Amino acid sequence: MTAERPERVLVVGSSVAGVRTAQALRAEGHTGELTLVGAEPHLPYDKPPLSKEFLAGTRGAEDIRLLPGGPEADHGFTLRLGRAAVALDVERRRVRLADGELLGYDALVLATGVRPRTLPAPVGKPVTELPCFTVRELSESAELAARLAKKEPVIVVGGGFIGAEAAATAAALGCPTTLAESGPAPFAALGPEVGALLAGLHADHGVEVLAGARVNRVEPLTDGWALVRLDDGRCLEAATVIVGIGCVPNTEWLESSGLGLNDGVVTDEYCAVPGADGVWAVGDVSRWYDRRTGGHRRVEHWTSATEQAALVARALVTGERRPFDPVPYLWSDQHGVKLQMVGRRSADDHVQAFTATTPTGDRKVVLYSRDGRLTAAVTFGWPRGCMTARQAWAKGADIADVTARLAGLTTALTPLDLSSSTYLEGNRA
Amino acid sequence: MHIGLDLGKCQGYGNCVAADEAHFDLDDSGLVVLLDDKVSEADRERVAAAVRSCPADALWLVENDG
Repeated sequence: MTAERPERVLVVGSSVAGVRTAQALRAEGHTGELTLVGAEPHLPYDKPPLSKEFLAGTRGAEDIRLLPGGPEADHGFTLRLGRAAVALDVERRRVRLADGELLGYDALVLATGVRPRTLPAPVGKPVTELPCFTVRELSESAELAARLAKKEPVIVVGGGFIGAEAAATAAALGCPTTLAESGPAPFAALGPEVGALLAGLHADHGVEVLAGARVNRVEPLTDGWALVRLDDGRCLEAATVIVGIGCVPNTEWLESSGLGLNDGVVTDEYCAVPGADGVWAVGDVSRWYDRRTGGHRRVEHWTSATEQAALVARALVTGERRPFDPVPYLWSDQHGVKLQMVGRRSADDHVQAFTATTPTGDRKVVLYSRDGRLTAAVTFGWPRGCMTARQAWAKGADIADVTARLAGLTTALTPLDLSSSTYLEGNRA
Repeated sequence: MHIGLDLGKCQGYGNCVAADEAHFDLDDSGLVVLLDDKVSEADRERVAAAVRSCPADALWLVENDG
């Protein structure tokens, strides 16, 4: 049986999901043992700034820490950093670390996150010889930041959020920047309308956006630069290649544990792992059962990770189980514009785009609906509009009602015709 | 007990408002507004959760007033 109030709680993973779980456990009143394990040697830090302020050099490592105070501070729990967890024994309830230490638990929270995919190395060459960087870990991001400061040409592979943010940062630093997206259009995951608006934003800020640019391989050049060969024969040269082509969950260490793994750790709607007493999974690694859609989902968003952390901490301390039923929310910052999205869109949703005129400037919003109900909203530089849509989404709002409420925040909400956008055609191709 | 705020750090993510509409709102420029900076004992956990939900580290709880 699962103890309602576990005495020893072990959290594996020192990014936001793990850290917020540990903090919420103490805030909720957990008084027993609490240990947080992390593979990286650094004090826990926040990842979103790695593609933005940290990369730009405006915030340093000590500015993006997730825990207040330095290494000597009392965080209210034991930190075991620089040692990855390598095995889990659910029968004996213990986790083995890379240095052989065994940590027992009454409750275990898995928060090992994801790691970025990398490009395959050229035959016979170690990938370390190439100036290729991912944006996920502090040390590598610091090295990348130092490189970008030289203002030399950059190629970003992948037009997702990480790639788009890194491209925006590189361009702002003065690096001639090319973004190579393998799909038919950049930023297509957010739909053609938002993709078109983003492509226009990048073009306005000097980023060259290439669609249909599938990378075949990257080769080293003699001066430390890289040659990026595309499938269609095009060759691009750059001092730095930033790779943002998605992530894979860190679950290899759990393969011998018997836990259900399927592109993440499979959990029930409470983020508890079925068949493994006292084991939970939160954050990017968790594939939880989503009642709303009737399927398992895994999302790599900051807010979702913190919401799952709060939910699991509460369940562990109070025994209160609530299904994880979030209002989907994400943000991105590109070229000084804050993009925020609430909800989930489908390709066949009804779409309306607007320019919102407000006393503090013009903003844009794209609204998605189905059967007259709001399914998703994307705002550009309009946090208040996003908040209004977020509150409405949570209540299952009527699209006309949401539009009226947004109009109420503006002096004019004017339909935005994207049909003339050069980028929309590409997005629909 | 009251809410501490560094407005210079606020990025308008709105997670605090989503967590607790009684204490937090966003203004037209997208910055947080404290509707009530006093926190009662009954509201403590909800406000603490809202504070932890801030991606910009702009909020904190001040335990001792005075």
